[in-house]
Amino acid sequence: MSLPGRLSNKKEYALDRFFGYVFVVSAVLVSLVIFSIIVFVAKQGLQTFGDIGFLEFHLGTDWDPPYRFGALPFILGSLGVTFLAVVLGAPLGLAGAIFMAKIAPPRVRELMRPATDLFVGIPSVVYGWVGLTILVPFVAERTGGFGFGLLVAGVLLAVMILPTVISISEDALRAVPRRLEMASYALGATRWQTIFRVLIPAALPGLVTAVILGMARAIGETMAVAMLIGNVPQIAKSLLEPTSTLTAEIILNMGQTPFGSTWNNALFYMALTLLLVSMFLIILIRFVVQRRTYDG
Amino acid sequence: MDSRRVIDGLSTVLLWAAGFFIMGLLVFFLAYILGQGLPVLSLEFILSPSKEFEAGGGVGPQLFNTFYILFLSLLFSVPVGVGAGVYLAEYARPSRLTNLIRLSTECLATVPSIVIGLFGLIILVNIMGLGFTILGGAAALALLNLPVLVRVTEESLRAVPQTYREASLALGATRWQTVRRAVLPPALLGLVTGLTLVSGRAIGEAAVLIYTAGVSVSRHFPDLNPFVAGETLSVHLWYVRAEGLRPDADEIAAGTAALLILVVLAFNLLIGVPARIYQRRLLGKH
Repeated sequence: MSLPGRLSNKKEYALDRFFGYVFVVSAVLVSLVIFSIIVFVAKQGLQTFGDIGFLEFHLGTDWDPPYRFGALPFILGSLGVTFLAVVLGAPLGLAGAIFMAKIAPPRVRELMRPATDLFVGIPSVVYGWVGLTILVPFVAERTGGFGFGLLVAGVLLAVMILPTVISISEDALRAVPRRLEMASYALGATRWQTIFRVLIPAALPGLVTAVILGMARAIGETMAVAMLIGNVPQIAKSLLEPTSTLTAEIILNMGQTPFGSTWNNALFYMALTLLLVSMFLIILIRFVVQRRTYDG
Repeated sequence: MDSRRVIDGLSTVLLWAAGFFIMGLLVFFLAYILGQGLPVLSLEFILSPSKEFEAGGGVGPQLFNTFYILFLSLLFSVPVGVGAGVYLAEYARPSRLTNLIRLSTECLATVPSIVIGLFGLIILVNIMGLGFTILGGAAALALLNLPVLVRVTEESLRAVPQTYREASLALGATRWQTVRRAVLPPALLGLVTGLTLVSGRAIGEAAVLIYTAGVSVSRHFPDLNPFVAGETLSVHLWYVRAEGLRPDADEIAAGTAALLILVVLAFNLLIGVPARIYQRRLLGKH
């Protein structure tokens, strides 16, 4: 290899400047992508309110297009499955992360790392298919209903957000300085006391981030939910009643509605809502992470 | 025995139980998917074209489209994603612009895939009038890959010790020479591992593709024309059940699910293992 970069080498300087620009342009391009997504989806979605009232859409419970556009059942459905997924998935995921970070012997840990990656590798349609062929018949048999609804969708989503919760909270737990743990043990604390009183508080911003990202994944999940929720535009009175979500409604009806119609625009507005919620969650994370509870 | 010892012991048992439960779930999922699907998988099923209204069709075109769309989407997203990652790791100074780029990457990473699919539908199908095409599906999928590529690139470049850069710059190398000769080679393993992550996710993606690449396949097989609709395996798994026209939809779905899992596993082995070998050779050189 020749010595790189002689002062006389004009070509190298030109190349250097050229690639500097290439990298800046790529980075700016990434920003442009998200901005154009917001602009185009908003432009299409907001046309909804030329035809129907803002309040009617958000608070109306009657979804009967092209006559009535009350989207509350979908909004509640999305919130419902997300809530269930977080309530079931977050504690299990956090426990798994604590286990991997602090309790598992190295060999078990080495096995669990790639295993949680495999969870991510299972496509969401495959999760949906598993739910459809096992969970739905199982629940239907026990309850006498059809099995579709918030319960099956929420349980499956809980499994789907596991890898997100586990990997991010494990990183957060590992990032806690060892000396904090040592100090706790030196004071005579048990392992659990150390975990509960020292590790978890110190890693809290990371743990909260993990749960929020899990939440973001759950609310935007489409295929598995559309296969399990039942797709009936009604507010569910129980966990076992079929209902629908924003994502399921979009995927099932986008192809059947003409572009530019009120119905179609309403679906784009639902997508805009999902987009804004996910961006809100990201900003929330930034707010959480800034408040570190210990000095690293 | 005091109560805090009891609680400590109990917590250990519960945390082990959580670990085992999570592993058990994974084993159960894999065993079920492969158990249901492997009996359906035959060379004929994997290679032959699908049939519309009768039983006995395969998933050949869907498998082909899956790889074709993945390849095209990586072709679009890798240069930009890696470029942006290099910028963030090597060039960016703390500034408003850097902050904005970081925020947009994070936002793009959490945008639900269905929203990206609808964005593709507006731009490619409705504004450009292309209809459902393989090219359009790949372009939309590229947007989904982009933030992951940026993050993976930035992380693997940051893992390279600062002394490598200092040594290169001290020899009089330009920044670009430093990036290309001193920073990128040791970071390559991380990049390639990241690529398997991106590919695995892209192979399983359906929500982005349904309204950009469509739910039908070309009459010719294999068809390299990127301007025809191209249903992938994941979309097929959803669509055979949703339309309910094929009498053997259940078997097709089971076989497709198993094939998807096998493809993802194979991808991890085919790219992950060579990446590790490369790393070993690299370490041997030093």
